[in-house]
Amino acid sequence: MITLRDISKAYAMGENRVQALDSISLTVQRGEFVAVQGSSGSGKSTLLNILGILDSADSGSYTLEDTRMDNLTQRQAARYRNQFIGFVFQTFNLIHHKSAVENVALPLYYQGVPRRRRNAQAMEYLERVGLAERAAHRPSELSGGQSQRVAIARALITQPALILADEPTGALDTQTSEQIMQLFKDVNQEGRTVLMVTHEEEIAQQTQRVIHMRDGVVISDQPTSANTPVKGAGGTEPDR
Amino acid sequence: MGIDLLQEIAQTLRTHKTRTALAVLTVAWGVFMLVLLLGAGRGIQNGVELQFKDDAVNSIRIYQGKTTIAHEGLPRGSRIRFDNRDYDIVRLQGTDVDRISARYYPGRDLNASYNGQSASYDIRAVHPDHTYLEKTRITRGRFINQFDLDNRRKVCVIGRRVKEALFGDAQALGEYMLIGEIPHRVVGIFSDDGGQREEETIYLPVTTAQLVYGAAQKINQLLYTVGDASYEQSKQSEEDTRTLLAERHGFSADDKRAVRIYNNLDEYQKITDLFYWIRVFVAVVGAGTVLTGILAVSNIMVISVAERRREIGIRKALGATPASITRLIVTESLILTSVAGYIGLLLSIGLLEVLKRTIAENDYMYQPDVNNMVVISVTLLVIVAGTLAGYLPARKAALINPVEALQTK
Repeated sequence: MITLRDISKAYAMGENRVQALDSISLTVQRGEFVAVQGSSGSGKSTLLNILGILDSADSGSYTLEDTRMDNLTQRQAARYRNQFIGFVFQTFNLIHHKSAVENVALPLYYQGVPRRRRNAQAMEYLERVGLAERAAHRPSELSGGQSQRVAIARALITQPALILADEPTGALDTQTSEQIMQLFKDVNQEGRTVLMVTHEEEIAQQTQRVIHMRDGVVISDQPTSANTPVKGAGGTEPDR
Repeated sequence: MGIDLLQEIAQTLRTHKTRTALAVLTVAWGVFMLVLLLGAGRGIQNGVELQFKDDAVNSIRIYQGKTTIAHEGLPRGSRIRFDNRDYDIVRLQGTDVDRISARYYPGRDLNASYNGQSASYDIRAVHPDHTYLEKTRITRGRFINQFDLDNRRKVCVIGRRVKEALFGDAQALGEYMLIGEIPHRVVGIFSDDGGQREEETIYLPVTTAQLVYGAAQKINQLLYTVGDASYEQSKQSEEDTRTLLAERHGFSADDKRAVRIYNNLDEYQKITDLFYWIRVFVAVVGAGTVLTGILAVSNIMVISVAERRREIGIRKALGATPASITRLIVTESLILTSVAGYIGLLLSIGLLEVLKRTIAENDYMYQPDVNNMVVISVTLLVIVAGTLAGYLPARKAALINPVEALQTK
């Protein structure tokens, strides 16, 4: 479902050129649960941004769901992001003046779904992450774990093929991290592809495949002991 | 989608109440001042025009004078005297003369009396057209007519205050009153916007007065209107008249003092010019005030975009197109300025309406008002300016790089 061929990306940092990604090639199958690990500056965030069409590569090709993602206009990129991809961030990135349910419904606003219907759908997804009773609350009134669950509901509402998570447990305590990871596993169980950037070994080991990066190249790419990939939507693998 | 957009904006505006209130205040104030200034300008103009209401605006008055230049045997200091022929000469001078009347003052020592009541009034012997020149308004009866002139009838038309003083509540029309020793029949009563002095006037047929008071052909003054002639045509008519009179009386046509000619259009033109510039000034100052308000909104939108950088990044990550971001910001700016403009417009028109009702008729400020053109122009100005104020910040917002925006704290 994801095919990267020779993706390179460099940044100018003052006088210096930093090669963030150096000719990366990568394939992710539908239904996989992948962790990308690496130290800061390894290029893992850049990889995630390119996969999320928030950034474009200098060279190489990116195919998502049989659609080429290079040379898109901003408008096309916006449409594909909305259709194919759900984002979960370390700092949640909820809009602070909107209630939980409005935050979850926002991606549907950009699909032109009428308010009543998108809020009803948002309520369903909030219920799924166990936060129906907090629907009217603002992000400032939610705990970190609750905020991240709202963000996950928001990522899921458009039923995207790919969930991209950037250190989703980075700002959470161990117990809450566990709950969030459980949510991701459930999402993956439904057949959704999840790609997660993390620097925590413990978190990475809960996924099915770990990609290690350093200085813009992949140094290892191995399945974890935890699981074998779930293929398609019909997967019946128990977790762990 | 439209209502959704409005709800998105309403949410933002509610979140930033102080900022919203300040933006609304600056624009509303600007529009308020602009409309108020324009209305006041109109009011001042109305007030000054009241001063011209007394007489026909397009009238030209000719007074007797003394020569200041010796010309063809006529020495300096010669007094020029008018008679009926001058009236005919001016009347026949050209097509520009619309209404014309001579004026003869039979004398200040004449008293008017009725039934033992006696008083001294301004007595003018005139032609029928005088009623148009002085804008006398006949309230009862009629003005002097040609029949009176032809038959030298001893009739008179009296002002409202003359009637009140001499006749009180009694019937005046058809009664005979004495002017000097001579009885005249009252055929009309008039009022005049020129004020109380004008209403203390008695009009007589010029022919009768010349006969009765021994003036023969003598007249004191000529006045005529130039119809709907332009200012230039009226100046030309003035020159033609001077030339004709100079020929007849043998003074130099360059001698402006031999006969003194007052063209009411001169004054009117001066005032009109003055008001044109006052209006320009007011419009510039007012538009400047509105512009300041719009700049404030633009400034506020720039701040708003900067503050919402992260939010815009999030929206873009979730699938907002650049166009939808632009639309969001521009519409927000447009709504802010329109609502504010409307408030300013309503308040200023309300205040003008109150002033209109409370300010009495006077020469300085009367009936301040703005016409629909002003209202429509101001509305358009606010809409266009509001869109422009939002557009630049909106473009900036649309071009925000989501990766960078999501990293802002």
